[in-house]
Amino acid sequence: MMHAVWLIPALPLAGFLILLATGRKLGDPKAGYLATAMMVGSFIVAVGVFFDLMGMPGEERRFEQDLFSWMAVGGLDVHVGFLVDPLSVTMALFVTGVGALIHLYSVGYMHGDERYPTFFVYLNLFAFSMLMLVLADSFLLTFLGWEGVGACSYFLISFWFERPTAATAGKKAFVVNRVGDFGFMLAMFLIFATFGSLNYVPVLEEAGTLAKGTASAIALLLFVGAVGKSAQLPLYVWLPDAMEGPTPVSALIHAATMVTAGVFLMVRVNPILDMAPGVLTIIATIGCLTAFFAATIACAQNDIKKVLAYSTVSQLGYMFLAVGSGAYIAAIFHMVTHAFFKALLFLGAGSVIHGMHDEQDMKRMGALRKWMPITSGTFIVGWLAIAGVPPFSGFWSKDDILLGAWEKNRLLWLIGLITALMTAYYMSRQVFLVFYGGERWKKADSRTPAEAHGEPDHEPAATVGAAGDHGAHGDFKPHESPGTMAAPLVVLAALAAVAGILKSPLEHWLEPVLAHPHHFTSPSGTKLGLILVTTVAALAGVGIAYLIWMRRRVKEGAVEPEVLRRAWYVDELYQKVVEAPARAFANFSAFFVDAKVIDGTVNGVGALVRAGGSRLRTVQSGFVRNYALAVAVGAVAILAYAVARSA
Amino acid sequence: MSVPGAWYLGLAAMLFTIGGVGLLVRRNVLIMFMCIELMLNAVNLTFVTFARMLNDIGGQVVVFFVLVVAAAEVVVGLAIIVSIFRRRTEATADDISLLKG
Amino acid sequence: MDWIVFVVAAAAVLAGALGVVLSTHPVHSALMLVLTLFGIAVLFVAQEAHFLAAVQVIVYAGAIVVLFLFVIMLLGIDKSENLATERLPGQRPIAYLAGLGVIAAIFLLARTAWVSGAESVAGAADGPGSNVEKVASSLFTRYLLAFEMTSVLLVIAVVGAVVLARHSPSGGVRDAEET
Repeated sequence: MMHAVWLIPALPLAGFLILLATGRKLGDPKAGYLATAMMVGSFIVAVGVFFDLMGMPGEERRFEQDLFSWMAVGGLDVHVGFLVDPLSVTMALFVTGVGALIHLYSVGYMHGDERYPTFFVYLNLFAFSMLMLVLADSFLLTFLGWEGVGACSYFLISFWFERPTAATAGKKAFVVNRVGDFGFMLAMFLIFATFGSLNYVPVLEEAGTLAKGTASAIALLLFVGAVGKSAQLPLYVWLPDAMEGPTPVSALIHAATMVTAGVFLMVRVNPILDMAPGVLTIIATIGCLTAFFAATIACAQNDIKKVLAYSTVSQLGYMFLAVGSGAYIAAIFHMVTHAFFKALLFLGAGSVIHGMHDEQDMKRMGALRKWMPITSGTFIVGWLAIAGVPPFSGFWSKDDILLGAWEKNRLLWLIGLITALMTAYYMSRQVFLVFYGGERWKKADSRTPAEAHGEPDHEPAATVGAAGDHGAHGDFKPHESPGTMAAPLVVLAALAAVAGILKSPLEHWLEPVLAHPHHFTSPSGTKLGLILVTTVAALAGVGIAYLIWMRRRVKEGAVEPEVLRRAWYVDELYQKVVEAPARAFANFSAFFVDAKVIDGTVNGVGALVRAGGSRLRTVQSGFVRNYALAVAVGAVAILAYAVARSA
Repeated sequence: MSVPGAWYLGLAAMLFTIGGVGLLVRRNVLIMFMCIELMLNAVNLTFVTFARMLNDIGGQVVVFFVLVVAAAEVVVGLAIIVSIFRRRTEATADDISLLKG
Repeated sequence: MDWIVFVVAAAAVLAGALGVVLSTHPVHSALMLVLTLFGIAVLFVAQEAHFLAAVQVIVYAGAIVVLFLFVIMLLGIDKSENLATERLPGQRPIAYLAGLGVIAAIFLLARTAWVSGAESVAGAADGPGSNVEKVASSLFTRYLLAFEMTSVLLVIAVVGAVVLARHSPSGGVRDAEET
């Protein structure tokens, strides 16, 4: 089974190609089932590879498969090959597993969309790119996947490109990601200049010989790439906007897989990071601040998906905090559990949006647990998991991260703890608003959601239909989603609930990947104390939310200040600091440099030739005797030259 | 044989110049054409003179070829003149300036 | 004797040339051209080029000048031309200057650069045998390819002349009959 590792990315690629050729003919829903089948096949192969790897002795768990030479330029010889080790297999397993579930969910969710097959074309291409990213045996091949997922992310965010907001969000994601990609590329140049190779195995084995300066530069540049892809401060702004895409996309790309690529990359190059302790501190600080910052914004959002988006940014911040603390396994562990519960929450949110006929404003929902039992049940599991309530999975992974932070720096730990409290608060707020309380949607059903407030409607055609069918007649009722959507919810809920048991197997399993395995050194008493504090914080967050949103002890406006609602005005700040000067420079380039200097030069040359031509054309008199005279004068000139030479 | 080649060459040079100036000065295309013949004959004369001075028959052979080419040139040239000036009363080169820039 | 022949012939050549250039009437120019061609033919004879002299008289004086006269008559342009006017500004002074320049340059060059090079490369011009014999043997051995090419050239010239003279925008044959 080990040698079949190439099948893992090849199956989604095959799906992509088949759908590209015959997608339209297969149509709705066959195209979706085909794409899902490819993902399931890929998952089965990944499981097979996993068991093969398990069969190997602990320290030798590594397998390299070299397929073919991709490019050979001078000293640079890049092969397409796969590096199978515990880290890449872990990633491949949850990418294919969660991916397959989300593919299945999309079969129901995207039903009826005009460009249904295209959606699965992109989705399979994304899966291929993501698997190349994680299984690659060289930086360059990872970069191929890295760019591939970026492109797919762009395609899928602006999947409903008829909506200007979606098109803009796609562009924003693309442009912001470009900044990070630059860091990645520069890091690759530096790595090649230093090691003369881009393959992981030789580079990481020799990482211990690196000078501190070089190691720091490479680590920092790679981190810049990770910051872009994983939406950390200050490049996180694209992720909340990316919610313009279809909800399964938000779940798959912008919660479970793609955005964790940065974390994966950091863990992959952990031997280099270990050589640069200063950079580790930077990573931990940025991760921690991102977690806190995004959590504050999430507390004041009304869009059901925006809350989850900021929550994703926040949780990614946690993962970087773990990386920066040297607790790589905790980062991967949280990545896995986060993939389960965040995908679950997003799919649940999608189910709610579906059931509410494309309503996304939480303030206009409520009491949905009566109407959508499966969705609300699974969503509540996800809520408890992300809030860190024991024994759900989020509790275990978050606890590890906070333990790592405690050993790294007490201040980071404190911020992390406050963030955990806020996480519990805003998630509880969401659950209470959506599934409990009064049936607020009854008051609003005479207006279409899009008219009521400027929120982007889910899908234009469907919204009009919903307004016409339900709004006008007043018989609007939320409904439960179909089986293809409910089944992934149940599976993910089960995983989110029990994934905590992976904690200690994962630690042993991933140890060979690390250059310096990290062990928590705190005495068990401290550990227990921290667990208690974390649990109390989580429960406190839930309690505060209960008081505010169930008991209505505080006025809404007081806990949702405008500054948080507008996300600390970061977008406006970027507009002023980055966009306005860029626009001014572009205007200067377009209307002065281009119009005056460049066009002026070109037109000037043209005018010069034209003027010269209009003077010179008089020479062409049309009289043959003039021409003969010119010939004669020329002959005399040549003779005169000969005379001058002979004299 | 007592006349030196230099005299012949001088005569040829003068003949060539007269033909050249005539070509530039006259307007009638036929007379311009005749001036070209004068220039060709001047060159022929130099060829024959050189043939004598270098005791080489090749110069005379070249003159033979020049005669053939001149004959062909006259035939084609006159045909062109005929087709251009068929409807005109004067064959003046200055009347034709369609290629004026 | 040689000098007398040369002077007379040279005078005829120059007179004819000037006559061609200065005659107001094309027919006169054509007749003056005949005078020049005859003078050249005499000078050919004086330099032992008998064959070329004969060809000169037959082809040039006989055929080409007659062709000129035919065209003059055909086009009906046998009118005298006013030599005093010149439409193109500066044409005449520059033409005279150019002529002066050419002749001056030739004579100046003749002072330093004179006839040089190997003798009798293509065969001797003197010695036994007639001039015709020598020209013919050179023409049909050393210059055979060039000679054959002239036949092609002549065919092309004939075809071209026929096409050009017959074809006109208003339709070929009838047009030719009119003129």
